[in-house]
Amino acid sequence: MSSKGWGDVLFKNVTLLFSLSIFILTAWIGWELFKNSKLPMEKFGFSFLWDQVWDPVQEEYGVLPFIYGTIVSSILALLIAVPLGLGVAIYLYELAPPRIGNIIGFLTELLAAIPSVVYGLIGVFVLVPIMRKAGAPYGVGMLTAGIILSIMILPFIATISREIFKTVPQTLKESAMSLGATRWEVLKLVTLPFSFSGVLGSIFLALGRALGETMAVTMVIGNRPEIKFSLFEPGYTMAAVIANEFTEATSDLYVQTLIQVGLVLFAITIIVNGIARYLIYKVAKEAEVVA
Amino acid sequence: MSAQTLAAPSYYEIDLPHYRKRQAVNWAAFLLTGVCAALTISILFFILGYLVYHGFSSLNWDFFTKLPKPVGELGGGMANAIVGTFKLLGLATLVGVPVGFLGGVYLSEYGHNKIGFMVRYAADILNGVPSIVMGIFAYTVVVLPMGHFSALAGGFALGVMMIPIAVRSTEEFLRVVPHSVREAGFALGLPEWKVISFIVIPTAAKGLITGILLDLARVAGETAPLLFTAFGNRFWANGWMEPIASLPVMIYTYAIAPYDDWHRQSWAAALVLMMLVFITSLTARILLRERR
Amino acid sequence: MNTVKFLSLAVALTVSTVAARADMLINGAGATFPYPIYSKWFDEYHKLKPEFKFNYQSIGSGGGIRQISAGTVDFGATDGPMTDSQMESAPGYLYHIPTVLGAVAVIYNLEGVIEQLKISPKTLADIFLGNIKMWNDPKIQKDNPGASLPAQPIVVVHRSDGSGTTYIFVDYLSKVSGDWATKVGRGTSVAWPIGLGGKGNEGVAGLVKQTPNSIGYAELIYAKQTKLTFASILNKAGKFVEPSIESVSAAARAKMPSDFRVSITDSKDPASYPISGFTWLLVYKNQKDAVKGRALVDFLNWMLDEGQKFASDLGYAPLPAEVNAMVKKTVAQIKVK
Repeated sequence: MSSKGWGDVLFKNVTLLFSLSIFILTAWIGWELFKNSKLPMEKFGFSFLWDQVWDPVQEEYGVLPFIYGTIVSSILALLIAVPLGLGVAIYLYELAPPRIGNIIGFLTELLAAIPSVVYGLIGVFVLVPIMRKAGAPYGVGMLTAGIILSIMILPFIATISREIFKTVPQTLKESAMSLGATRWEVLKLVTLPFSFSGVLGSIFLALGRALGETMAVTMVIGNRPEIKFSLFEPGYTMAAVIANEFTEATSDLYVQTLIQVGLVLFAITIIVNGIARYLIYKVAKEAEVVA
Repeated sequence: MSAQTLAAPSYYEIDLPHYRKRQAVNWAAFLLTGVCAALTISILFFILGYLVYHGFSSLNWDFFTKLPKPVGELGGGMANAIVGTFKLLGLATLVGVPVGFLGGVYLSEYGHNKIGFMVRYAADILNGVPSIVMGIFAYTVVVLPMGHFSALAGGFALGVMMIPIAVRSTEEFLRVVPHSVREAGFALGLPEWKVISFIVIPTAAKGLITGILLDLARVAGETAPLLFTAFGNRFWANGWMEPIASLPVMIYTYAIAPYDDWHRQSWAAALVLMMLVFITSLTARILLRERR
Repeated sequence: MNTVKFLSLAVALTVSTVAARADMLINGAGATFPYPIYSKWFDEYHKLKPEFKFNYQSIGSGGGIRQISAGTVDFGATDGPMTDSQMESAPGYLYHIPTVLGAVAVIYNLEGVIEQLKISPKTLADIFLGNIKMWNDPKIQKDNPGASLPAQPIVVVHRSDGSGTTYIFVDYLSKVSGDWATKVGRGTSVAWPIGLGGKGNEGVAGLVKQTPNSIGYAELIYAKQTKLTFASILNKAGKFVEPSIESVSAAARAKMPSDFRVSITDSKDPASYPISGFTWLLVYKNQKDAVKGRALVDFLNWMLDEGQKFASDLGYAPLPAEVNAMVKKTVAQIKVK
């Protein structure tokens, strides 16, 4: 091998620079959000996290209704998407013949390729009237948003869980089968426990998506900053309030509060995605050890 | 099987009702997963079918050639938004691909260290940053300093969103280039950087393009980061410094408006956008299959 | 390298789609209330002078005030006047240029109710405060003796963005209801006691159109273009008046201050529709860009003469003659370097 010439040093350092820029960029986003949300931080401190009043006239900004709406709509989405997504993943992994499995896998991924705004369009003109017929007084609301979100995040759970299942060592499964376990029992007693943290990772990843999802939710949630416990009632999410009010906010405090909402959202998604990645890495490592 | 040949008493004393129950659970459970799969696929087909049905009947020549009409007047089209979307994607490619590509080269060729781990983690985090937050970021670092909304700001926002996938796909596709290919290069006495640039990267070219195409397909439909960066424009935008119309933003503004004709155009735009996304991802998949 | 080829191809493709055009784009943003007439004007003006393109984005009056103050657009538009503190925090003096007058129609979606609803001010405030919850409430029935009002809950729809239409509407409610004034107050965005949020006049009209048993408020033209039903409102003189060009013009018979920041809601005039308002363009007194500034002044003069003729077709009232003359004097004072 040739010794390291100046070309090699230059090449390595240039690519290193670009590589590091990704790290710097991520930090820069956090910094910009932080820097541009000083006013509300000085005025409200952390109390804005649990204050419920959102009143632009009195310049009182509490974001609890948005945090509530974001979390509840995301959890609703998970309640629907987790069983459905895992069902798809198990079907693809255990039952589907390879050809059909590939096609269905591809189609499931296509669900993730549909833009958020198109989901919103379908939501407004198809789902909302259906919900109204089903007895929701407004049609729009928390549950409607949850349903739309669940379809949007389902492919993440299905696709990643399926990949995780594939990492389960064959030897483990075979030893369970040789003890007379049915395929379902193998799945329940071996595959799922082994891949548990990875599946959990995929759920967290999907949760991260749901928390930050903007357009589709904005179009069907009803945009009402109030905490209501009925799922048929309208709500509001952090991403939606930014989309609706960012260009329109009149005072500096108002704008900076919205940026601060962005900062909170950024922080939450970093934590959720951080957990997701950790769990997925962990199961991948275990598979290497066993195999 | 060996268990049978052992002729152990347990084999003959099998608890038949219990066994049947286990079998039933087995089949019921798997039937349920099949239902899940069928349901998921029918949701997809329903959405696509609805989109094609409403979108196709709404498409006409004007849609592709005309500018939007004043509010409430019938007709007009989205020619400027279609071109706008392509311009924004072009800009996004210029911003996102060089960073993602060179960053990915580092990760694949030198990144088996702490820095590599850190960057990979940062890319994964960046991938999860909500698109609306990217919009705020682009607003504070491009729109405010420039003093106005622009195509550039929108392209920047989309470009940043492209980086994480570009970097990870580049890394993956360079990784799978066989070691023997690299060694052949070294055997010729080439320095490492030449081996990477002229042997490894060209070998992986198809994969790399696939990655970029999938990446483009992903950001093509993004709306939230454009709301306060690219903004909107009723006319043709000159160059890159003016606000610009895009399909996703048009779908949004037309969908929430009360005009039936705008709803019609919203469906048409959604269909065009979907086709753009599908054709891009399909091209990517075909490229990938050829490679294999 | 294929990647490089691909990249240069992508760039070439996108660049080639943009033919070199040497015309001028003047950007504006703000109120959705006058959006139909503004987009008509800018379209007509573009036909007249193809070298100028006025790009107007209807993001709401709050947005108009914010974006012109931040200097991200060349002109703003609002139908809630800027407050004194907002004027002070802007980097230069902003003129409020009145363009037309409009009515905020109280729109509703009620199946089976054929006659136009009559609503008195207190009832309207109570509906939007959430005190009146059902359509067949005695208070509504009292003003509409013949109507068969459904026993359905009222779905209130309001704006989710900063809005001048909201300003006119809540300015009116604050004048007629003490409860409203103390509990909610006036502004381009307020803390609504109940209801769903829609984005822009378009969004509210869209939501009302799609939601049975809903009530909302939007500029008259949005109701007319989308064939939504709207109510007549009891004015200060004790008459139920429906929004129209005539009833809005009647409301405009008020004393005009020199800076044009005037509220004409709850007018005393017996023929007036009480929820009316002026809508303004926000233009800096000192224009920094000579070409754009000149173009803007030319447009404003055209708007005050030719442009006014388009107003009534779209359901807006043109400026009264004496106001028009005042505005022309103000436009003449805009300084272009």
